[in-house]
Amino acid sequence: MIKALGYFIEIIRGSIITTRHFVVNMFFHILKVLRIKTKKKGAVTIQYPEQKREIASRHRSLHRLMTREDGKPRCVACMLCATVCPSECIYIEAGEDPDPEIQKYPAKFIIDLSRCCFCGFCVEACPEDAIRMDTENIEFAEYSRQELIYDLDKLLG
Amino acid sequence: MSEVLIVLIKIICALVWLLALTLYLTWVERKESAVIQDRIGANRADILGIRIIGLFQPIADAIKFVFKEDFTPRFSKKYLHTLAPFISFFFVAVTISAIPFGDVLRIGGREIKLLILDFNVGLLFVLAMLSLGIYGIILGGWASNNRYTLLGGMRGAAQLVSYEVALGLSLVGLIMVYPSLNLSSIVHAQGELLFGWLPKWGVFLQPLGCLIFFFAALAETKRVPFDLPEGENEIVGFFTEYSGLKWGLFMMTDFMEVLIISTLLITLFFGGWQVPWMSADGFHFPWGAQVLLPHGIVVLFQVLAFNLKVFFFCWLQILIRWTYPRFRYDQVMDLGWKLLIPLSLANIIGTGIIMSI
Repeated sequence: MIKALGYFIEIIRGSIITTRHFVVNMFFHILKVLRIKTKKKGAVTIQYPEQKREIASRHRSLHRLMTREDGKPRCVACMLCATVCPSECIYIEAGEDPDPEIQKYPAKFIIDLSRCCFCGFCVEACPEDAIRMDTENIEFAEYSRQELIYDLDKLLG
Repeated sequence: MSEVLIVLIKIICALVWLLALTLYLTWVERKESAVIQDRIGANRADILGIRIIGLFQPIADAIKFVFKEDFTPRFSKKYLHTLAPFISFFFVAVTISAIPFGDVLRIGGREIKLLILDFNVGLLFVLAMLSLGIYGIILGGWASNNRYTLLGGMRGAAQLVSYEVALGLSLVGLIMVYPSLNLSSIVHAQGELLFGWLPKWGVFLQPLGCLIFFFAALAETKRVPFDLPEGENEIVGFFTEYSGLKWGLFMMTDFMEVLIISTLLITLFFGGWQVPWMSADGFHFPWGAQVLLPHGIVVLFQVLAFNLKVFFFCWLQILIRWTYPRFRYDQVMDLGWKLLIPLSLANIIGTGIIMSI
């Protein structure tokens, strides 16, 4: 009987919590409708397409390839990123560069974003700082998988 | 001829009231749950770029239901499968005919009662129709010919039958206090005063009966604390095999039940259309003050009071639905058979003893 009473008290407490939330939030919503500015808001929602959340500086977003001063990719096709990639989504074909200082350059550099898991290992593995994930672009959804395969032009541009 | 016309107008008004509120109750539920959980809720549906806090959402939902494929599984019993949602819907919707929206309205020397059917067994009629609504669920579950829907239907039947007992017994005390089964005379009796100041509402005369009725009625609506027929995490429910408008009809029935339970609760326990201390010619306050009002205003006040009370109890039911987790099957049965039914029997005995003193 006492146990049942305890349940009953908890039930009442639960409804008091939801009622409090309702009343407080409704108060701020009504203030907003009356165009009274308040510090607190009735809801914590960020209404996405119109309002965007600030992206943290360490957020891993869409990849980009860095360039040298002359506009060529910094990448030397060392294959470290392709090796470390856990989802095996990087494909590199090396070409020979006439400059003996550079020796190799990527003839093809393809990232299959439909497989990428955005772990950022490629960025950490790169000895030349040639690949970065700091474009702050997180909206690259496409209607077909083919369009998610990014080649050298797309990654440089 | 004019009599028939008046009845027809009354039926149309009541149906429009019921269906419009049911439609918007879906929106209210989404919005209220959002406000409780610090969200905003559905606000995207717009017409020509105008979105008034999502008020067009129910229309968008209805259009979506109409254009969805109406799929009937090959293995189902087609006739009964189609019939079930209509039965479920009809028996809930028809109860509105016995519920008084207000007192008499006098226009041009004619007295119009603001309810469709004024008959002596109104209360029994409403209870009977609410019970018959079970057939829709059992039929839907059985005719789908799917194990889980059958399970859901049987669970629904078991739950509704066991709570029907508590629901009926909790009202016996009320019928003893206002010796009538006629809903409009029950509401009339609630207009009197107790000790000269307290309105003689059912909730003050029968607090325990009111509580039992509310719990049993919540179980009748088959919504979350008591959602055994649905049981989203165990069996998907009796409407698993339904889609499109037929599923929408089941959902409408759910919300309509919330509305009907609110109207019933206020009609029986919260004075129906009665405004406290207001009689047919205006307010008569217990401290002696008087405010006399013309007839039209009085009727308006009554209908408004009825609507406000209905809205409050709809709000309360939605709050309950978004506060509590669901009961297990055996817990629901325990609550029904071991707690509510003995309590309602005790309520009857207690009422009898107090009345005989």
